[in-house]
Amino acid sequence: MGKLDSSIREIRELENLARETSFVHRLDPRVKVIATFAFIAAVVSFDRYEIAALVPYLFFPIFVAGAGGLPLSAVVKRLLVLSPFVVLVGIFNPLYDRTVLLRIGGLAITGGWVSFAAILVRYVLTVSAALLLIASTGFYTLCGGIERLGVPKVFVVQLLLLYRYIFVLTDEASRMARARAQRSFRRGPMEIRVFVPFAGALLLRTVERAQRIYQAMLARGFDGTMKAGAFGGVAPRAGSSGDEAGDYGAARANLGRSIRFSDALFLGVWVSLFALFRFVNLPAMLGDLLLRAAG
Amino acid sequence: MHMADTLISPVVGGVMWAATAGAAAYSMKKMKDEFDDRKVPLMGVMGAFIFAAQMINFSIPGTGSSGHLGGGMILAILLGPFAGFLTIASVLVVQALFFADGGLLALGANIFNLGFFPCFVAFPLIFRSIAGRGLVGGGPGAVQQDAGAHGSPGRSVKALVPASILASIVGLQLGAFGVVVETISSGISNLPFSKFLLLMQPIHLAIGVVEGFVTAGIVSYVYRAKPDILEGSIVRGGPAASALSGDRPRPAARPAMRKVLLVLGALAVVTGVVFSWFASTHPDGLEWSVFRVTGSEEVARPGSGIHAFASRLQERMSFLPDYGFKKAAEPVNRWPAVDAGSSVSGLVGGAFTLCLAGIAGFFLLKKRGFAKGRSRRAEGRAGKTPRWES
Repeated sequence: MGKLDSSIREIRELENLARETSFVHRLDPRVKVIATFAFIAAVVSFDRYEIAALVPYLFFPIFVAGAGGLPLSAVVKRLLVLSPFVVLVGIFNPLYDRTVLLRIGGLAITGGWVSFAAILVRYVLTVSAALLLIASTGFYTLCGGIERLGVPKVFVVQLLLLYRYIFVLTDEASRMARARAQRSFRRGPMEIRVFVPFAGALLLRTVERAQRIYQAMLARGFDGTMKAGAFGGVAPRAGSSGDEAGDYGAARANLGRSIRFSDALFLGVWVSLFALFRFVNLPAMLGDLLLRAAG
Repeated sequence: MHMADTLISPVVGGVMWAATAGAAAYSMKKMKDEFDDRKVPLMGVMGAFIFAAQMINFSIPGTGSSGHLGGGMILAILLGPFAGFLTIASVLVVQALFFADGGLLALGANIFNLGFFPCFVAFPLIFRSIAGRGLVGGGPGAVQQDAGAHGSPGRSVKALVPASILASIVGLQLGAFGVVVETISSGISNLPFSKFLLLMQPIHLAIGVVEGFVTAGIVSYVYRAKPDILEGSIVRGGPAASALSGDRPRPAARPAMRKVLLVLGALAVVTGVVFSWFASTHPDGLEWSVFRVTGSEEVARPGSGIHAFASRLQERMSFLPDYGFKKAAEPVNRWPAVDAGSSVSGLVGGAFTLCLAGIAGFFLLKKRGFAKGRSRRAEGRAGKTPRWES
């Protein structure tokens, strides 16, 4: 129940960030999606022992956060909750890979530790890129963007409906869980024999709600697609608006809009930088230069 | 058991994306063919239900720990495989975006592991062949059956329980196996295949048993309260389906086919168990064969061409010609073979770049602190109160 409320709070927090109107927020959602995927693909394509060459990639999340007016704390907070699966899998590397790569004084650094550290660095980079994408775009605008990138409409509609009802159902579940907690003496999670009818009852309410929704949708002329402005009921506006509900409509209404110069510039510059960072190990060159300068 | 971007190679991620996109496209086509847009709002709300239900922990008896529902099997049972698959996919998309569960490149793999196996393997092969039999006869659309099966929900519910449990176990075992194969062929973890398998499969056997009991409980709860919800999906050509698809009679060969599939499913489980045992006794041979099969040494490094290109590029524009990968002939495994000198320069340069990035971040964020309109976000929050009336 605590988790229910906190997860909704997290979604709302990111969604609120997405309603700023900075340069990054105003970029075409397609451009941001492509740049983020290019970023992630470049980052994960490195050799598993590579750390130094990954560092320049930090400039991308920093730029997006900085230019987008997004607090890094929102990302860092989520990074600290390290994925247990990543740690579980990664922590075996130091056990199995004991090739010594580097000695600093008496300290031998094995390949396993290097690759474990590389896993963590890539984790930080990929997770922050994904979070900044949603924090600078918002879910509705993003859905409009991926639809224009060719994701089938059926699936986009499914995403929109799901997102719409996540709030309703977590609310409902949270109410039920609170009611149950107030009537039980034991703290902690409910037993399975309580959970089953709990979830069953929630599911029945869900299904009934779905039937009412469907009747209402049919009455309003639903034919399997979402109309522009369906999420907000107002006339679609150009660009990213402050009104979350109108964003999908606006993004859909811009179907024919071409990429602006600033969009192309953003994509071009960053993708070229990703390629540069990928093929040229700038930090190593820099380090070499510094070492030589130092004698 | 979400795969993460950091553990997956671009090739494995891309292949799994392609597989998932194919399965999704097929599901959408099937839904369109079956004229199933009746299910559209149900899919949205059911996805939200799973999302909410996953957040509620329950205690697992006898262990002192707690778990939560996965829900893939419930979606497959209530919505059918195609709508179920799309719904699971949409839930995973939202989780990947907002909670960074998994990641964007690994999203394809996650949808495949958690959606494909329960919906397209465990549901049709295990669940339907066991539970479908108990429920046949429960509606006007079904073919004439012995009156005994008709109208005896007790027996049907009995069939639901083993079906749900077995299907959940098989679905999760296959999903966990998928995670192992994808991780190993990505070549980022040093964990040997057999060890990883022995780590994952038993854990997910336990999870699968719990998940199975909970799924069975919820499904039979729903069945007792509203049997019509289930009949449309379990019984092929049941009342709901046949009303929409024009009374297609079920092929006569179906029961025999079911038996065959059931046997195949059981065989798959047995093979899995034997396979795990084999893996523990002969780790080397198995490892070798899997590495051979997946070609992970090659697969994990799509960049031998890229590396070659890079080194040529670098030779051309290099102002420090003696650094790093000067030999284009051995582009692979630079690190272990590299001399300490260039490792140190990597260390120094990396630290220096990190400082630069930190300074850039400091200035960019500081600028934001001055420029930020103080009320924008607060005002946005106040104006947000959505209208959730349905």
